[in-house]
Amino acid sequence: MIYALLQAVPMALKSIGGNKLRAFLTMLGIIIGVMALVILVSLVNGATGTVQDTISQLGTNLLTVSISDDKGDAIYLEDLEEWTEDADIGLAAAWKNESAVGKYGSESATVQVYGVSSAYSQIQSINILLGRDIKTADVNNSSYVCVINETAATELVGYTDCLGEEISLNGVKFTVVGVMEDDENSLTAVFGSGSLTVHIPYSSLVKLSTSLNAQIDSFYVGAAENSTIEAAEAAIDRILYERLEQDEDAYDISAQDALEDAMGSITSILTLLLGGIAAISLVVGGIGIMNIMLVTVTERTREIGIRKAIGASRGTILQQFLLESTVLCMLGCIIGILLSWGFLRIAGVVVSGLGMSFEMDVTVVLIAVAFCFVIGVGFGLYPANKAARMKPIDALHYGG
Amino acid sequence: MIRINKLSKRYKIGSEVVKALDEATLHVAKGEFVSVIGPSGSGKSTLMNIIGCLDVADSGEYLLDGIPIEDYTENQLAAVRNRKIGFVFQSFNLIPKLTAEENVELPLIYQGVRKAERAERVAQALEKVKLRRRAAHFPTELSGGQQQRVAIARAIVTRPSLILADEPTGNLDSKTTLEIMDIFHELHQQGNTILLITHEDDVAMQAQRRVHIMDGRLSEVYE
Repeated sequence: MIYALLQAVPMALKSIGGNKLRAFLTMLGIIIGVMALVILVSLVNGATGTVQDTISQLGTNLLTVSISDDKGDAIYLEDLEEWTEDADIGLAAAWKNESAVGKYGSESATVQVYGVSSAYSQIQSINILLGRDIKTADVNNSSYVCVINETAATELVGYTDCLGEEISLNGVKFTVVGVMEDDENSLTAVFGSGSLTVHIPYSSLVKLSTSLNAQIDSFYVGAAENSTIEAAEAAIDRILYERLEQDEDAYDISAQDALEDAMGSITSILTLLLGGIAAISLVVGGIGIMNIMLVTVTERTREIGIRKAIGASRGTILQQFLLESTVLCMLGCIIGILLSWGFLRIAGVVVSGLGMSFEMDVTVVLIAVAFCFVIGVGFGLYPANKAARMKPIDALHYGG
Repeated sequence: MIRINKLSKRYKIGSEVVKALDEATLHVAKGEFVSVIGPSGSGKSTLMNIIGCLDVADSGEYLLDGIPIEDYTENQLAAVRNRKIGFVFQSFNLIPKLTAEENVELPLIYQGVRKAERAERVAQALEKVKLRRRAAHFPTELSGGQQQRVAIARAIVTRPSLILADEPTGNLDSKTTLEIMDIFHELHQQGNTILLITHEDDVAMQAQRRVHIMDGRLSEVYE
């Protein structure tokens, strides 16, 4: 059976090659359908990759660790510093957050006060525009210094270049040593921006606050430069597992990928939508194939009659025409894939400046091939069956 | 070999019912060369189609090699056509896209014969009709006589029980007709059973035995 089928392929190719222009025009529907499918899906995937890179720059290379049960052995800043000596852990930053009333002269506003350790703005990718960041020495000395964001500078102090000014937080005076950018690029900015933010040393916040203490119950961890976030996660997990009496439920480590998840679902919807449209054009191409196969069957009625007269069974004729439509479809599919590949290469060069890369998606190629096969067989079935059911005597005397 | 008993076939043309075959009876023994002669419209094509298993009769009995044909399914009939009957048509009926060789090979492909054996048998068949040198030519590149010889090669390549020729010389000039008839004589001498249908007396005369057909009825012709 397989042998007979393989033998019939060259026959089908020959029959298709007999009318090249017609074969090409018929395949065009499939070629365009395949190109639409492969190119659109690959483009979406390429663009998504770029967007996802951008999102990951927002802070996905960051682990959030929260401690729910410290087993009576509280974690302090010194512990974090010790842990950063691990080869896979680059930075670790603790923070606590409280609202406070900020005052400058007669101006007063509610500000978000973050008590941070020195690595905080680095790990959160917050740029310092003027002056300096909170330093380890500030944390050790519980200095009354602060770094305020641009919004706080303009709204509370009145101007951006406000280094050396003193603002009071809940009545305690802090000297502005730095101005940082509004964290447009951080996750907090995505979820709600425009807040007045002040960073002060971790220890200073503990002193200022009536409700907070120095125990760390959550902190950020970043991977070391020559390590990966997965390795860092494994490292911090190992450390905490030992520290917290081998109780996995005492702590939680999570990567900040909520946005990536959201982006992922948007992409799959987009891929399905575009893929669906492309699939419709493939089906239209399949109808074209069915149309031309019906014409072919009518044209070759006499040939069918001759073949039946010399002993071709229904199955043989069915197989011959089914194979022809399938081969036609698969040829169109291959041409479509090759053209898509070429298109994506060119598109890749054209938009290379945008940092996008368009790779042909292997999955979508496989889907296209499978879909074309189904279309070739599906839409070939009716014409092939029509040919197979012809009565030999009628077919033989058709048109002569 | 062939045993036909009271075979009838009717066609409806418009409102009129035409009796193409009216209780026709015919026996052909193995190795015989029989010609069926009759004018056009006498029912000889219908007879040929039924004997060739291309069509089935309305009533009557047809045994080919002792097996009744009526009960066969379409696919079984296809197998009978493939293995037991070799057709030679008036209009040659070669497939124009295929070369002489490929045309002759086709029935063997349908039989599922292996490639090496096919090549050998195709060469033998073409040798018998003296067309081996034209094997790679397409039908359009061959003369009428040559095309008919390819058709004969296609008919004999399966070594059928019966060679069924429907006006094989109808489209040929007299010189070519002689050539083709020579081949039929040769095939007959080699032991093939041949049933030749024609409306030309001089062609029919060359057969061992002649049967006349008129208004769907058959009658033997004696010298």
